[in-house]
Amino acid sequence: MSQVQKAAGLSDEIAIQITNMNKWYGAFHVLRDIDLTVNRGERIVIAGPSGSGKSTLIRCINALEEHQKGQIIVDGTELTSDLKNIDKIRREVGMCFQHFNLFPHLSILDNLTLAPIWVRKTPKKEAEEVAMHYLEKVKIPEQADKFPGQLSGGQQQRVAIARSLCMKPRIMLFDEPTSALDLEMIKEVLDTMVELADEGMTMLCVTHEMGFAREVAHRVIFMDQGQIVEQNEPEEFFNNPQSDRTKLFLSQILGH
Amino acid sequence: MTKKVSYVRTEMLPEQTPPLTAAGPIAWMKTNLFSSISNSILTVAAIIALYFILSGLLPWIFHSSWAAGSLNECRDVIKEAYGPDASGACWAVIRERYLQLAYGFYPPFPGGEMNGFAPMEGASLPGYFRPNLTFILMLVALSPILFSALPRKMLWFSAIYPFLGFWLLWGGSVWVPVMAFMGFVLAGLAFQIIGKMFGSLFGVIAAFVVPVLWWIALSGYAADMMQSIVPVGLLPIESSQFGGFMLSIIIGITGIVVSLPIGVVLALGRQSDMVIVKALCVGFIEFIRGVPLITLLFVASVLLQYFLPADVTFDKILRVVIMVTIFAAAYMAEVIRGGLAALPIGQYEAADSLGLDYWKATRLITMPQALKISIPGIVSTFIGLFKDTTLVSVIALMDPIGLTNNIRGDANWNGIVWELFGFVGFVFFVFCFSMSRYSMYLERKLKTGH
Repeated sequence: MSQVQKAAGLSDEIAIQITNMNKWYGAFHVLRDIDLTVNRGERIVIAGPSGSGKSTLIRCINALEEHQKGQIIVDGTELTSDLKNIDKIRREVGMCFQHFNLFPHLSILDNLTLAPIWVRKTPKKEAEEVAMHYLEKVKIPEQADKFPGQLSGGQQQRVAIARSLCMKPRIMLFDEPTSALDLEMIKEVLDTMVELADEGMTMLCVTHEMGFAREVAHRVIFMDQGQIVEQNEPEEFFNNPQSDRTKLFLSQILGH
Repeated sequence: MTKKVSYVRTEMLPEQTPPLTAAGPIAWMKTNLFSSISNSILTVAAIIALYFILSGLLPWIFHSSWAAGSLNECRDVIKEAYGPDASGACWAVIRERYLQLAYGFYPPFPGGEMNGFAPMEGASLPGYFRPNLTFILMLVALSPILFSALPRKMLWFSAIYPFLGFWLLWGGSVWVPVMAFMGFVLAGLAFQIIGKMFGSLFGVIAAFVVPVLWWIALSGYAADMMQSIVPVGLLPIESSQFGGFMLSIIIGITGIVVSLPIGVVLALGRQSDMVIVKALCVGFIEFIRGVPLITLLFVASVLLQYFLPADVTFDKILRVVIMVTIFAAAYMAEVIRGGLAALPIGQYEAADSLGLDYWKATRLITMPQALKISIPGIVSTFIGLFKDTTLVSVIALMDPIGLTNNIRGDANWNGIVWELFGFVGFVFFVFCFSMSRYSMYLERKLKTGH
């Protein structure tokens, strides 16, 4: 597997370094010999059929899943079972989930200020200002006092992105952020993500939105059966796929 | 012939009011009472059954006598007023004995000097001043906990109320509850200081060890010393004089207030990854749930004394409160565990991914939601606990049920049953129904989705 040429303008600084990482669920080998280096500012889209381990891979990066072999270094800190390191990494790595996972018992504003206040010890007033800033950025400042249950799916996902951003993360992980949304709402979430990409955020996205991959990604990674099968720049990846598995996948996902 | 399929709406339809058959009393009766033939039959049958029950019950309740000195006098009064065949309730017994049912044998006017305590109350105060004041203050202390609209500063009073209430009811030196309270202050200080110096785990341990040492070894001497310097006290009342609904409320409310936090801790312990903590919690919960409350009460009242040194006396009400509390806590733990299990795993993951540690995630994210889900179960446990307080009559505490035996022991009231149990049942119903309505109010208030 050859390392893809770095896209122009990317920094040499390494954000995430995964070396020879393996994970099992019981006896089931879900991730096999994963090697992946992500530079600061790089945007990576991970694609693959369901069950290929792509979600598990990015969930390992903020230790929502534990890897059993190999090494993951995030932002210079190695992920071990040491809780201090895990908390440190989670503070710097934001994550968006397929089902948003907003806190339904808190208002939108409280959802956004909770982690800055309790984890970063930001004064409440400052945290609220930051929260309103990001709500404006995702274009729903008027919803600040509502509860998550009163918002549409697309709005909830944008709130979830804003919630992560309030922690001022250096890396953002997206785990199928648009899979639970109606077509009309997918666009508003993708627009928010594109905007985020334009600002130079380091992003890893598990998604089936190939249009987004073409537009935004520096690199597309294709996974199958717990392995990285192919990775390339988007143009090359879509126009000239090398492996048969990738060709089959692309024909299925783009075929209609 | 082919049908034309293309169609374009040129004008959007305006909103209209629903037709009359969908609203109004007739429509309501049709949908709710007579929606089909079999439902109509059921409705009529239910109305007939209700008629028979009420036509028997209501005359008995209202063809009654409120002023009489004995059961026989009652019967005479009723016969005179409603005819020779009338049978009515003899509420006179409630009128004569309601103070006893409310307070047991608690002295209405505790006075005189005793053990060197200057009497703080004299005959000038109204009867049962101390328990009544305690009850009113209890409502004040509970209100900020029950209604979040009230000022949060009132919670400070709620925090000191248990000690104040204990002192008002049992009397004695004021320094005993003050020094007991000091134990909690010391726990807070120990957590702050030790926690800062050696880490939060040692802080938690110190917060347990320091107050226990204080209570066992020092607080008694400190209270005696302060009493000898600044003697402030109320006439002490023995636990054996407590009784009636006052006793039920003391045991019930204390059990409710203490069992909830213990239940939360047990539920978390049972969910824990730490094997020993988990085993202890599971063992405790399963043991307590597997044993009838009466057995625990007998252990508390009889057996415990065998295991304790002869000179150690352990207040009987306190023993019962402890047993009732741990009994309810075991059930509470399972109810709350159900709430925790019902939370989507995504809530735990979202809290983790934001960098919240276990305690913050539990306190801010998972536990509030789990408690909200568990409200019906928690309140059911509370109601069960409150009703179970009547079991203490089997170990000779004078709760309302125990007092009914006492009252029937009086020659004047020998043979009276329904009125006493009816009244006791009614009062319990008022308390339990209030709890039930409060839980529905809380559920409505905490509902945030659509």
